Amino acid sequence: MYGLEMAKGLLVTLTNLARKPFTTSYPEQRVKQHPRFRGEEFTWYEERCTGCASCAKYCPLGIIKIVTSPSETAPLQGDKYRLEVFDIELQRCMFCGLCVEACPYDALFMGSGFEEGQYKRTDLVITIDRLRQADKHPSTWFRPQLEGMDYRPGVSRPLGWREVGREGWRWHQHEKAGMRLTGSNTTRDSGDEA
Amino acid sequence: MRCITTPENMLSPEGAFGGNPLFYWIYGLAAHLVPCWLAYVIAGLVIMLILINAVLLGAAIVSWGERRLLGRFQNRVGPNRWGPFGALQPIADLTKLITKEDIIPYGADRLAFTAVPVIMVSSLLVATAVIPFAKDVALVDLNVGVLFILAVSSLTSIAIFTAGWASNNRYALFGAGRAVAVLISYEVPVVLSLLGVVVVAGSMSLGDIVVAQAVPFFLVQPLAFFVFLAGMSAELNRTPFDVAEAESEIIAGYHTEYSGIKFALIQAAEFGGALFVSGLIATLFLAGWAGPVADWLGWLWFLIKTFIGIFLFVWIRSTFPRLRLDQIMAVCWKFLMPLSIINLAAVVLEVYFLRDASGTLSTSDLWIMAGINMVVAVVSIAFFGRIIRQKIRNSSRTMTASAPMVRGVPTIEVG
Amino acid sequence: MTIRTEPMTVNVGPQHPSTHGVFRVRITFDGEDIVEVEPVLGYLHRGSEKLAEERNYVQVVTLTDRLDYTSSMINNQAYCLAVEQLLGIEPPPRGKYLRTLTAELQRIASHLIAVGFFVQELGAFGTPLMYTFRSRERILDLFEMLCGARITVSYMRPGGVFSDTPPDFWPALDQFLEDFEGELEEIENLLLNNEILMVRTRGVSPLPADVAINCSVSGPVLRASGVNWDWRKMAPYDAYDQVDFDVPIGSNGDNYDRFWVRMQEVRQSLRIVRQCIAQIEPGPVRLELPLVLRAEPGAEAYGRVEASKGELGFFLVSDGGVSPYRCKIRSPSLINLTITEHLLLGWKLADMIVSLGSVDINMGEVDR
Repeated sequence: MYGLEMAKGLLVTLTNLARKPFTTSYPEQRVKQHPRFRGEEFTWYEERCTGCASCAKYCPLGIIKIVTSPSETAPLQGDKYRLEVFDIELQRCMFCGLCVEACPYDALFMGSGFEEGQYKRTDLVITIDRLRQADKHPSTWFRPQLEGMDYRPGVSRPLGWREVGREGWRWHQHEKAGMRLTGSNTTRDSGDEA
Repeated sequence: MRCITTPENMLSPEGAFGGNPLFYWIYGLAAHLVPCWLAYVIAGLVIMLILINAVLLGAAIVSWGERRLLGRFQNRVGPNRWGPFGALQPIADLTKLITKEDIIPYGADRLAFTAVPVIMVSSLLVATAVIPFAKDVALVDLNVGVLFILAVSSLTSIAIFTAGWASNNRYALFGAGRAVAVLISYEVPVVLSLLGVVVVAGSMSLGDIVVAQAVPFFLVQPLAFFVFLAGMSAELNRTPFDVAEAESEIIAGYHTEYSGIKFALIQAAEFGGALFVSGLIATLFLAGWAGPVADWLGWLWFLIKTFIGIFLFVWIRSTFPRLRLDQIMAVCWKFLMPLSIINLAAVVLEVYFLRDASGTLSTSDLWIMAGINMVVAVVSIAFFGRIIRQKIRNSSRTMTASAPMVRGVPTIEVG
Repeated sequence: MTIRTEPMTVNVGPQHPSTHGVFRVRITFDGEDIVEVEPVLGYLHRGSEKLAEERNYVQVVTLTDRLDYTSSMINNQAYCLAVEQLLGIEPPPRGKYLRTLTAELQRIASHLIAVGFFVQELGAFGTPLMYTFRSRERILDLFEMLCGARITVSYMRPGGVFSDTPPDFWPALDQFLEDFEGELEEIENLLLNNEILMVRTRGVSPLPADVAINCSVSGPVLRASGVNWDWRKMAPYDAYDQVDFDVPIGSNGDNYDRFWVRMQEVRQSLRIVRQCIAQIEPGPVRLELPLVLRAEPGAEAYGRVEASKGELGFFLVSDGGVSPYRCKIRSPSLINLTITEHLLLGWKLADMIVSLGSVDINMGEVDR
C-alpha cells in the first residue's frame, strides 16, 4: 500500500518519544571527558623545564613567548635558563598540542579543563605566575607514561613533577647543587643565588 | 431577573441564543444596577474577555507543549531553563518579542502591514466563540455553527496574502503566493468532509453535533476524519504542507518582515489556530465533552481530546519532510477531493436508508455505518493512493525532458 | 496577447539557513523555475595554501584539519600520504590499520552530517538530523578518546599515527558498533523508503555520467551517476588492499541516488571497521622521524585519498627546506561545484536547496 513506509516512519518517531533524552544538561551535568582531552589550561612543571623554548619554536601559531636569561647554575650538569616570561596566548591557541609533542623534558602538558572564559581580552593570556600556581592536572595526551599509571585528570590528585616523566629520564633538577626553585628565581635582581 | 419578561424574548434561556449559565448569572447581577441593554453588553464583554484570555493563554501553552514534544520526538529535551520544565518559556518569548523594535520596511503599505496580525488573531478569536468546551458552555451556540466557523476561518488566507504583498519583499511574496494557492484549494475537501458530518448529525450547531455522537464520528466516517486532518494541516500551514513558511527555502515566507509584537501576534494566531483546529476535531469527530464519568467533567474530556489532536499534529510534523507545491496541489485535487466526495455519497446513502420515520439514527445504525465506512475508507485510500503515486511520479519525469542541455561542452566516452 | 512574466533575481546566501556554510548563489527565477545560476565563492578563504608554505611539514597537519572540518581525519590522511610519498617512507602496518580505521569512522560521521542536513533541507524539521547527530556524537566521543579532540583531530603524522590507542578504546569501539547498528536501522526505516522523500527527490536534478566525468566530479556524486570509480579500489593506500568492501553505484544520478549511495557507504564503512579490528596486530604505530622533516630539493608528490566528498589530493613541492615550497589542495567540493548549472537549470525553487545539499559541499574545503 502507498503509505506504509510513512507509517513505519511514524512508528520510529513514536518509539523515540519513549526513550530517555540524549541531552546532557550543562552546567548541571557534565559530559564525561577522556584522559587524553586537550584542555585549555596548560600544566607546566617548572622543575623540569629548562627554558629550551622548543615548544615556542614548534607552535604553528607562534603564541608562546619565552624570555630567559642565563642563570649560570649547575654548569656541570648542563645549564638551565632562568625563565622570566612564559606567556601562552589563550585567545589564539588552537590546542593542537604540538608544543607538548615538542617538549623533550616532559615539562609541558595539556590541561584537562575547558572553562577558561574571561571577561577581558587581556585576561586571556596565561602568564608564568598562573602556570606556577595552577593545580597540576595534566592531560595524558602524548604522554603514554601517564596512561600506564592509575591516573585520571578530573578525578585523581594533582601530580608532582617527579611522577610525570618518561622512564629512563633521570634528570632531576632538585639534585643540582644548591639550586633554589622558589619564586625568587624570577626577578633579575635576585641574580645568581647559590 | 427583571429584564427578561416574556419567553418570546430572544435572550431567554429557551430563546434563539441558548443557555450559557455564566452569561445569565452576570446578566442577572448587572441588571440590578444598570439598564438592561448595558447589562447585556457587560455580560457579553466579560465572557469575551475570559474567552480571549483562555485562547491566547492556550496558544502560549501549545507553543511550549509543541517545543517540548518535538524535542522528545527528536530524543532531546525541549526548553527547560525558564521555570519548572521550561513552563515559563512562552513568557520569556513574549517579553523578548515585545521589547524588540517594531520595523516597518521601506515601501511597505503601512495600513495593510499593520492590519494583518490583527485580522489573523481576531478571526481566530471570533471563530472560537462557538466551540462547546463543556455541556452548554459556549459563548453562543449558533444554529449555523459549522458554516460560521468555515466563513470566519477563511479570513486567514486574505490576511496572509495581504502580509506577503504589503511587505515589499520578494521572499514574502513567494510565500504568500504559495499560501494562497494552498489555502483556497484545501477549503474544498474540508467543506465536503464537514458536510458529511453535518448530514449524519442532522444539524449545523456544534452542541447538537456533540450530542448526536453516540458513536464518535471518527469511527462512523473515518474518511471524513482523515480528509479533515489532512486538509486542516494544510490550512494551518503545518508540515508536510508548510510551503508558505518553508524555513529552509524562503527564510520565513509571508512573515519575513514582521518583528516585535506583530510577529508575536502572528505566532499566537498560528498556535491558537492549531489549538482551535484540535478543539474542532475534538468536537466534530471525537465527541467533544462527552465522557464516561459525569457531565460536569466535560471540560476534562474536551481537554484530553484536544491534546490528542495537538499530539497528532506535532507527531506528523516531526516525522515527514515537506511536499513541493505542485505535489500539494496534486494531493488536494486528486486525492483528498475524491475521497471526500466518496465519503459524502456513502454517508448520504446510508442515512437515507437507515434512518427511521422521525429522521433520527439509533446507535446501532451508527455502528453499521461505521463498519461500511471503514471498508469504503480502506479501499478508496488504497485506490486513490495508487493513482496519486503514479501521477506524482509522472509529473517529475516529464520535467526531465525539459531541462536544458549545457551549452557547447564537448563530452568524452565513458572508460 | 501573451502573458509575460518577469524574471526575478534573488540572492541566496551567504547567510541562509540552508546553504552549507557561507555559500552564495545568485539565481534568476521565472515564477518558480530557475532560469540562470551564478555561484559566488570565497567567503571562507583563509589562505591555507599560503600558510602551508610558512609552516613545517608536521605543523601543516593542523592546517589540514580545518579544510573540510566535518572530516578531519581524512584530510590528515591525504596530507600524510603526500608527505610520505615526498620522503619515500612508509608507515608501519599497525599505523596503516589505525589510519584506515579512523578514516572510515570519519567517513561515517561525515556522511551522517550529509544525510541529516539533506533531509533537514527537505523540511523534515530536524528529526532525522537529531538522530544522525546522536550517532555522530558517539563517533566524536571515540575520537576524543583517541586523540583528545573531537573535530580538529590532528591525529595522523607523516610516518603513521601520532600515538597508540588507549586501552579503553577497543571496548568502546565494540560498544559503538553494537549501538550504531540499531540506530542506523532506525534512520533507514525513517528515511530510506519514505514516500514523501522519494517523491521529492526521485528524478530531480539528474546528472548523466558523461557530464559528470566531463566536469571532473568525484566521490558519491560520480558514483551515483553510475560510474564505478573509487580510489580506495583503484589505487589502494594504507590498509585498503587488505580489507574487503563493496562500492555502491547509483543508476540515474538524481538526488535520491546521491542520498542512497551515502547511506550504503555508511554500511560498507562499518564492514571495513570490523575487518580492521579483526586484522590489526600490535606493533609500532609511527616511524621514528625527526621533529623537523626535510625533503629533497625539487621533489614533488601528489597524494590522493577517497575523501567522503570526493577525491582529495595534496600536491607538494619541496625546495629542500623545512616547509613545503608549494602545497596545492585539490578539494573535491570545489570541483563538484562546477555542476551547479547542470543541476539547477530547469528545476524549481523548492528543488534548488535540496539539489545543492545533495552534492554535499563544505565551504571550508571549497574556499580553503
